[in-house]
Amino acid sequence: MRAALAVLLVLLLGSVARAERLIVSVSNHRVTVTPNYSGEELVLFGSVEKDASTPADRKTYDLVVTVMGPRADMVTRRKERTFGIWINTDYRQFLAVPSYLALFANRSFEAITSPEIARRQQIGLNNVLLTQRVSGDYADVVPNDAFRSAFIRLRTQRGLYREDPSAVTFLTSTLFRTGIPLPAEVPIGTYEVEIKLFADGAFIGKTETAFEIVKVGFEQFVATTARQNGLIYGLVTAAMALMTGWMASIVFRKD
Amino acid sequence: MQLYLPIADLPVNVFLVLAMGAAVGFVSGMFGIGGGFLMTPLLIFIGITPAVAVASVASHIAASSFSGALAYWRRRAIDPALASVLLCGGVTGTALGVWTFTQLRALGQLDLMIALSYVVLLTTVGSLMFSEGLRALMRTRRGAVPPRRTHNWIHGLPLKMRFKRSKIYLSVIPIVIVGILIGFIGAIMGIGGGFILVPIMIYLLRVPTSTVIGTSMVLTLVTMLFATLLHAVTNHLVDAVLALILMVGGVTGAQFGARAGQKIRGEQLRLLLGLLILSVGVRFAIELVIRPEDLFTIRELGVNG
Repeated sequence: MRAALAVLLVLLLGSVARAERLIVSVSNHRVTVTPNYSGEELVLFGSVEKDASTPADRKTYDLVVTVMGPRADMVTRRKERTFGIWINTDYRQFLAVPSYLALFANRSFEAITSPEIARRQQIGLNNVLLTQRVSGDYADVVPNDAFRSAFIRLRTQRGLYREDPSAVTFLTSTLFRTGIPLPAEVPIGTYEVEIKLFADGAFIGKTETAFEIVKVGFEQFVATTARQNGLIYGLVTAAMALMTGWMASIVFRKD
Repeated sequence: MQLYLPIADLPVNVFLVLAMGAAVGFVSGMFGIGGGFLMTPLLIFIGITPAVAVASVASHIAASSFSGALAYWRRRAIDPALASVLLCGGVTGTALGVWTFTQLRALGQLDLMIALSYVVLLTTVGSLMFSEGLRALMRTRRGAVPPRRTHNWIHGLPLKMRFKRSKIYLSVIPIVIVGILIGFIGAIMGIGGGFILVPIMIYLLRVPTSTVIGTSMVLTLVTMLFATLLHAVTNHLVDAVLALILMVGGVTGAQFGARAGQKIRGEQLRLLLGLLILSVGVRFAIELVIRPEDLFTIRELGVNG
């Protein structure tokens, strides 16, 4: 507790020039994926704390919330017609990109800040850094690149990437909330949440929080066994097949 | 009722999967086949990745062929010697198949290969079976006797062996080759291969009908058990929860299918099966030829950190 206070104090002193402080919390820091899990929605609450150095005429704030799931390497492939059939030909590798990515704001990203700041702060799916391996080099490409936009489109279709410029609501001028929808096929791991504060188009501060999504009980057990003890897992599955077949032949024996 | 599949990483409706298992089980019981060629496409259709579908269906086929094999064993309709020679080839073929599966997956061409093999194999076997069934049906209409079976070049091969229960004297070379072939395509396509194996054994190897289905089931059982094991060890793609639901549905459906199958005549049964196999093949062909809804696909290469 004392350590936390000390950290807070340091943060406070460090951000004196910024004048505002963000305090946030998510409704659940540990989401468990159980057999009947079929998606969930977390709620992020927060408030903007003003202090003495806050300009008196500053009344309204803008917020952008970025939720990033565990990072993974992914390959996007493009089909082309070859010999009359559609075959995967060209591909692009995306390196350490978020498996889940959500961007929420209280109004449209263009209205919140300038394109220049939006790019630097990675505001909007078009500005988020998605590193690709381009012929031995590591770089992001222009937003309208065919592979990049297809990648974002496909992830969005599965509910894994999303941007919603009206998801953040201000309950008072400083108190805000937003929902974080998690789809049924949610990636397991640690999720980072970044809350960026803007006022009059300028970026004035950010804070971070996190939550984790874990498989528990049977799911967890099956998944880890399959990955770590493949042989035992295979043997058990094979034994299960034999048992089921044997039981059926007993149950349905005609005589 | 939704259930989260731990390996496929998506929730499915238990009753839907159970019903699919039962429906495919019914068909497999009726025709005396494993039904993998129907089950794998169905699973892909409900959103399970082809790789997980192929790997999980293997254990489902193992279960249904085990209950079948037990029934044939009791009726002494299995030739143990023939089965063991087939198995030598089958196990080798399965190992080769799983290895190829892993390589293709790394190249990103697995889905294409699965689809292509379905098209080639199913349309060929389906149309052969359909036309054969049609001819047999016409023969019985006209009251003609089926043509006498004659020996072919296969019976001139060396390394001959006597298979007592089947009452045949045959070279082991073609038997092992057939085993390798069935094991290989079974591991890649997620099928037991019974619907190919049975015709090959009857028409090419001249195995009498009394032992053919039982013996082919033994091969299916062992290759599929082995495939399950290898897929689990190398690719970690076998979804045991999915497999269990499929098995329960499958073995139940198979019992009713077997009873229904006894009421239909052999030629009609072959005609129907040929038509079924052909239509699955054609469906895959259409999918390859028409422009896909989305030209792009994403595959995750694993989470790092």
